[in-house]
Amino acid sequence: MSETPSGMSPEDVVDDAPPGSIAADVPSDAAVLAEREGMNITSRSFGRQTWDRFRRHRLALIAAIVLALLATAFIVGPWLSPYGFSERDVLNMRSGPTAEHPFGTDTIGRDLMVRTFLGGRFSLRIALIVALLTTLIGTVIGAIGGYFGGTVDTIVNQTINLFLIIPALVVLLVVGVRFAASPNSIAFLLAILLWPTIARVVRGLFLQYKEQEFVLAAKAAGARAPRIMFRHILPNTFGPIVVNATLLIGVAIILESTLSFLGVGVQPPTPTLGNLIEESKGQLDSKPSAVLIPGGFIVAITLCVNFLGDGLRDALDPTSRKG
Amino acid sequence: MSDHEPTTPSEPAERAIVLDVQDLVKHFPIRAGLLRREIGRVQAVDGVSLSVRRQETLGIVGESGCGKTTFGRTLLRLIEPTSGTVLFNGEDVTAAEAPRLRELRRNMQMVFQDPFASLNPRMPVRDTVAEPMLVHGTPKTEARARVGELLEAVGLSPEHGNRYPHEFSGGQRQRIGIARALALQPEVIILDEPVSALDVSVQAQVINLLEDLQEEFDLTYMFIAHDLSVVRHISDRIAVMYLGHVAELTTADRLYDAPAHPYTHALLSAVPIADPRVELSRERIILQGDLPSPSNPPSGCRFHTRCPIAQERCREEVPALRELVPGHFAACHYALEPGETIIQRVEDLGREVEIAGQGGSEMVIPPVPFGAGDAKGATGSG
Repeated sequence: MSETPSGMSPEDVVDDAPPGSIAADVPSDAAVLAEREGMNITSRSFGRQTWDRFRRHRLALIAAIVLALLATAFIVGPWLSPYGFSERDVLNMRSGPTAEHPFGTDTIGRDLMVRTFLGGRFSLRIALIVALLTTLIGTVIGAIGGYFGGTVDTIVNQTINLFLIIPALVVLLVVGVRFAASPNSIAFLLAILLWPTIARVVRGLFLQYKEQEFVLAAKAAGARAPRIMFRHILPNTFGPIVVNATLLIGVAIILESTLSFLGVGVQPPTPTLGNLIEESKGQLDSKPSAVLIPGGFIVAITLCVNFLGDGLRDALDPTSRKG
Repeated sequence: MSDHEPTTPSEPAERAIVLDVQDLVKHFPIRAGLLRREIGRVQAVDGVSLSVRRQETLGIVGESGCGKTTFGRTLLRLIEPTSGTVLFNGEDVTAAEAPRLRELRRNMQMVFQDPFASLNPRMPVRDTVAEPMLVHGTPKTEARARVGELLEAVGLSPEHGNRYPHEFSGGQRQRIGIARALALQPEVIILDEPVSALDVSVQAQVINLLEDLQEEFDLTYMFIAHDLSVVRHISDRIAVMYLGHVAELTTADRLYDAPAHPYTHALLSAVPIADPRVELSRERIILQGDLPSPSNPPSGCRFHTRCPIAQERCREEVPALRELVPGHFAACHYALEPGETIIQRVEDLGREVEIAGQGGSEMVIPPVPFGAGDAKGATGSG
């Protein structure tokens, strides 16, 4: 607990008792302890402690703020813009950044700022759906396999392996061509392909933790499987899960961009950060801003999400003292 | 080896048997290959029979790997036994269905060895101690109040409940583990090396605490440990385990005064004595070699590969746990008489003794080299 004055560790208070007082230590030391520690054992809630730890993680805090700003811009920006996302300004086609069009316009004169914000909105939406779905599916399946072991685990493990060897891009290409892709359907498709990465991590952690003595102790206390899985083991796996989920947000944005770039992602005229780059790929020399701006947003989102993940991992770990 | 019922008829107070273990076996299969075929078995616990009486403390001693931890966990079915029965107040624990097992475990709790691994690092102490009560249906407010009482009973303060395990020292954590074990007011607590991981000064505190709690709550203990000095202090009776078998079982005093099994002699000679004159003059037996693998235990008596007084019969015939005098059981064909030392026996057998160590007090007695048909000529054995 970081509120404890650093000079006075709560450790060894009982155990430091001088050897002579061995027999007498038991009844009295509760009071002594409380007194010695100045009663600063404030009962803060878990949520409050988590927030306190998170706040101290500068980079994560900044990342969270930047993400919030980006999300606000993506949501509000298109409404405030004087241009529609598929409205053409035929007098200003292929323009670079100007006062009228801060991000420039594309080959047929559409305002790139409104398209970038709208694209960011769709990309972020896809990424969030993917992260939530993969974490949910991956955690539940991985937890079941790792905890119950035996035949159940064999099935889970082989399923994970099966999904991992599926060439994701080929499947996405085929399915993307077959079905007209909307942002949601792309998100579901990505989730179906990506959950095994989370499941594999969670399964490994459950395998490891189910042998720990505190799990045996919970069993001896009479706790049933769901309680042990979700109250005891799961909280210990938050760190790796959060880190992997945030990594997947980056992966999802990039995969979606790849798909769009290959022309089977979200279909035009709906913009995403990926297909904006695809549309402008021919202008990399003449007008690099058209590629660099959406590319910069992808990098910014991915970076921020990863920093945020780091911060969350530390914040959710009560043993973390890192500032 | 379950022919005998190793109780202590000579005990003055005839208390009821709480825990009665008969021929308990736990073999872990070793699997390999694509089809996970069984290629061998680790015989962790191999036919252990003993019983514990109400409010008694039974110590279980043995080297690392002798199966004592597995034995303790098998009693609670935290590890499913391969065969054998565990009777708790006459009821067969090994046959209990899941709901009944939960009820039985209310009365049989456990304190674990590692104070760092046995508490959930993500759970405040309050929740850890309250958990046994909550899962058995105690209302939340009542459980909360009890947590405070329990923490005080083990020498902590109720305010400590809000903290996480990493904020405590090893000794304090073990107290928390004890509070958790007490939460359901069990009859029996299995203490699996509860002080092995602690500093010596802290060990004494925790043992004193355990003794006080035993008196206060009428507890029955099974105290598992790897060294005799800790166990002697707290135990009424002691069982010595070697490679999954009980080697010797008797009262704590008798085990010290008149050990019968050569393995017990070796263990006792390793207990330091706080008197330099005694310490220097007494016999110390250094066992040669490591504990054999429990996946491929020696034939006959499992101790014969390291035993300084083994004879041909020991290699062929498994010794039964027989009652030498009432209340004193040993599994040895050639059990030592009270007062007899290993050295005397070795000399009687006409074998060599190497003298080593400070003041010539360490006896290195080579184990008997079987196979060549000749017990002499021990060349570089070890």
